[in-house]
Amino acid sequence: MSALAFAIGALLAVTCVVFVALPFIREPDPAEDRLDEPGALERRALELAEERDRALSALKELEFDHRTGKVSDKDYHELVGPLRARVAEALRALEPTAQPSVRDSGPGEGVRGNREVPPRIANG
Amino acid sequence: MPELGRAALALCLGLALYALVAGAYAAKTRRRRLARSAQNALLAAFGATGVASIVLLAALLRNDFSFTYVAEHTSRELPTAYTISAFWGGQEGSLLLWLLILTGFSAAAVALSRRTAADLLTWVVPVLGLVATFFAFMLVVVSSPFDTQLATADGAGLNPSLQNPYMMIHPPCLYLGYVGLTIPFAFAMGALLARRTDELWIVATRRWTLFAWTALGIGQLLGSHWAYVEVGWGGYYAWDPVENAALMPWLAATAFLHSVMIQEKRGMLKVWNVLLVILAFCLALFGTFLTRSGVVSSIHSFTQSPLGGWFLGFITLIIAGSLALVITRLPILRSKTRMESLVSREATFLYNNLLLVALCLTILWGVAFPILSEAVHGEQITVSSPYYNFFLRVFGLPLLVLMAIGPLVAWRRASLRSLGRSFAWPAGLALVVGAVLLVLGAGSSWIGLVAYTFCAFVLGSIGYEFVRGTRARRALTGGSWVAAFVELVGRNRRRYGGYIVHAAIVLLAIGIIGSSAYDTVRERTLAPGQSLAISHYVVKYDQLVRRNGPNATEFRAILDVKKNGSSVGTLESGKNSYRAEDQVSNEVGIRSDPLTGEDLYVITDQINKNGTIAFKVFVKPLVNLIWISGLVFLLGSLVALWPSAAEQRRLAARYHELRALARA
Repeated sequence: MSALAFAIGALLAVTCVVFVALPFIREPDPAEDRLDEPGALERRALELAEERDRALSALKELEFDHRTGKVSDKDYHELVGPLRARVAEALRALEPTAQPSVRDSGPGEGVRGNREVPPRIANG
Repeated sequence: MPELGRAALALCLGLALYALVAGAYAAKTRRRRLARSAQNALLAAFGATGVASIVLLAALLRNDFSFTYVAEHTSRELPTAYTISAFWGGQEGSLLLWLLILTGFSAAAVALSRRTAADLLTWVVPVLGLVATFFAFMLVVVSSPFDTQLATADGAGLNPSLQNPYMMIHPPCLYLGYVGLTIPFAFAMGALLARRTDELWIVATRRWTLFAWTALGIGQLLGSHWAYVEVGWGGYYAWDPVENAALMPWLAATAFLHSVMIQEKRGMLKVWNVLLVILAFCLALFGTFLTRSGVVSSIHSFTQSPLGGWFLGFITLIIAGSLALVITRLPILRSKTRMESLVSREATFLYNNLLLVALCLTILWGVAFPILSEAVHGEQITVSSPYYNFFLRVFGLPLLVLMAIGPLVAWRRASLRSLGRSFAWPAGLALVVGAVLLVLGAGSSWIGLVAYTFCAFVLGSIGYEFVRGTRARRALTGGSWVAAFVELVGRNRRRYGGYIVHAAIVLLAIGIIGSSAYDTVRERTLAPGQSLAISHYVVKYDQLVRRNGPNATEFRAILDVKKNGSSVGTLESGKNSYRAEDQVSNEVGIRSDPLTGEDLYVITDQINKNGTIAFKVFVKPLVNLIWISGLVFLLGSLVALWPSAAEQRRLAARYHELRALARA
C-alpha cells in the first residue's frame, strides 16, 4: 500500500470509529441511557389520532365528492351521519380532561391525560 | 490505490455489521447511546463506500489497467463518458453502485427520520444494516472490484451495446428503484419488530416508495428506449428475464401504492400492505440475483459468477425471516374495519391489487420456469413472448377498465344511480372513439380496438374528474378556472398526481398497441439504387459509406426516404465495428414523425461483399407516445411527490399532540 493510500485509509478508519463512538464520547456517564418508548397510553392515543384524522379526511372527501356530483344526495345523506358521529367520537376520545391518567385504556375508551392539553384538530 | 478501495469496503462491512448487531441489541435492550452509535455506523458506512467508489472511478479515468476490473471493462480509446459508465457496466462495479446507493439511502433515511420517527428508527437501523452487510460482504469476499493484475498495455473495452448515452442513466436509475425499495421494507420490518401497528412507517416511507417506484418506472422506459435504438432487433421490450426482473417489483410497488391508501383512509389491509412491501423488496433482490447468477440467458445479464448461491441464500433468509415476523404479529395487525361495499373506491383498489399481483406472479412464473425446468428435468424450457402477451391482455385490459372506473367511484359505497351519472360522459366518449376507430380500420386488430376504447374510457374519466373537481373548487372559492384548477391539484397532490400517472400509463398503452398491433414490417436485400415500399413510405438505398469513429469503424447505408410521394430527407442505418472489443453492433436508422408519433425504423441486417444489403424495415405507428408517456409519468410522480404544506401540518399536529401527551 502506498503511503498516501495508507494515510487516507487510516484517516478514514479513525474518523469512522470516532463518529460511531461519538454518542459515548459526548455523554460518557449520562443520567439516563434509556430510549424513549411509546407506552400503551401513547400508542392508544396515536391510534385514536389516526382514527380522528381518517374520519375528518373521509368527511371532507365525502363533502367534496358530493359537490362534484360523484356522490348522490341520497348516498350523501346516508353516509354523512355515521361519518360525523365517528368524527365526534374520535374527538371526544382524544379530548383531555382533568381526570387522572388512564395508563392502559381499552379500545372503546378515551385517552385522558393528567393535565390540560388543548386538542389540535387536523386541517388537512 | 486498490488497497485503499479494499480497506474502505472492509471498513464498510464492519460498520454495516456493527449497525446490524449493535442496532439490534440497542433496540432490544432500549439503550439510547448504543442505538445512536448504530445509526452513526450507517452514516459512516456511506462515507466508506463513497471512498471506495472514488478509488474505482479514479482508476477508470486514469486507465489504470493494474485493476482487473478496469482492464476488463475499458480501453484507452473508450470515450470518457463510457469510461465513467463502465463503473456499473460490470458485475463488481454495479454491486459497488448498489452498495453506494444503499448506504446513501440508509444514511438519508436515518438523517430524515431521527426526529420524526425516532423510536421506529431504532429497529429500522439493524434491518438496513443486515442488507448493507450482505452487499458489503459480497464485495469484500466474493466479487471485489479491487482485484489487481499485472498492468496491460490496453484494456478489453466495454461491450459495444453498452456504449450508448442511455447506459449513462438507465442502470443508475434502475438501481435507485431497486435499492430504494429497501427503505419501505426496512421501515415495515422495523414497525413489526417494534410491534407498531400505526401508520408511522407508512408516513415515514411514503415518499421513499414513490421515489423508488418512479425511478424504477423511468429506468425501465430508458432501458426500453436503449433496446429500441441500440440493440437493433426492431422492438423495445422482449420479455427478457432481466427486463421482467425490473417490471415485477414495479408491479408489486404499484399494487402497494394503491393498497396503502386503503390503510390510510380506512385502516384496512395492514397485513396485505406489509406483504406487498416484502414482495417488492424480494423481487428487487431476485432481479439482482437474475442479472448476476448466470442462471438465465439474457442480453442484460453479467457473465456466470459465484454470486448466485449467495443471493439465493440471502433471498431465502429475507423471505423466511419477514414472513415469520408477519405471522407472529398477525394478532396485532388485524383490521377493525370492514369493506362496506363491493362497489366503492377501496373495492376497485382491491381488484386492481389482485390483478397487479396476479400479473406480477404470472411473470415470475414465466421467469422462474426455465430455472425450475432445468432443476427438475435437466433441460431449460424457456417461456416466450406469447405466454406473457396472453397474460398481459388477460390482466391488462381489466386493469385499464379499473383505471377508468376507480376515479369515478366514491369511497365506502356508491349507488348504481350515481355511478350511472358519473360513467355517462367517459363511457359515451369511449364508445364514440371505439366506433370512429372501427370506421377508420382499427378493427384489423380486435384486441387493439378494445384496448383503445378502454384507453379512451380512462382518459375520459380522468378528464371528467379534473373538470368536475375544478368546477366544484371554483364554486367554493370563486376566482378563475386556472386558479381553481391549481388549487384543486395543490390540495390533493397525491390524487391528481396519480391521475396524471394514469394518463401516462394510457399513453404508454396507446404507444405499445399502435406499434405492436398495427405495425408493418418488410425485409428485402437491396443493391444501391434499388427501393423498398412499405406502408406510405418508399425507402431507396443510395450508397454505403465507411468512416472512422472515436473507437469504431462505422459502416452506414445512406437511404433516401419518401413519404406519400414527397421526399422527407435521408436516413442512415448500418453497423459499427469496434476495434478494441472486436465486436460488431447494429446502428439502426430511425425517422420519427413528431405529428403522428410514427417511426420509420430501418435495420441493416447484413452487409454483403457484393455491395448489397439485407434490410429489415418497420413502420411503427404511435411508438413515440411510449417515450412521451415517460415525461408525463415523471410529471405525475413529481406532483404526487411534492410535499404538501397542509399534510405536513396535519402530521406534525398529530405527532406533536402525542409528544405533549407523553410528556404530560
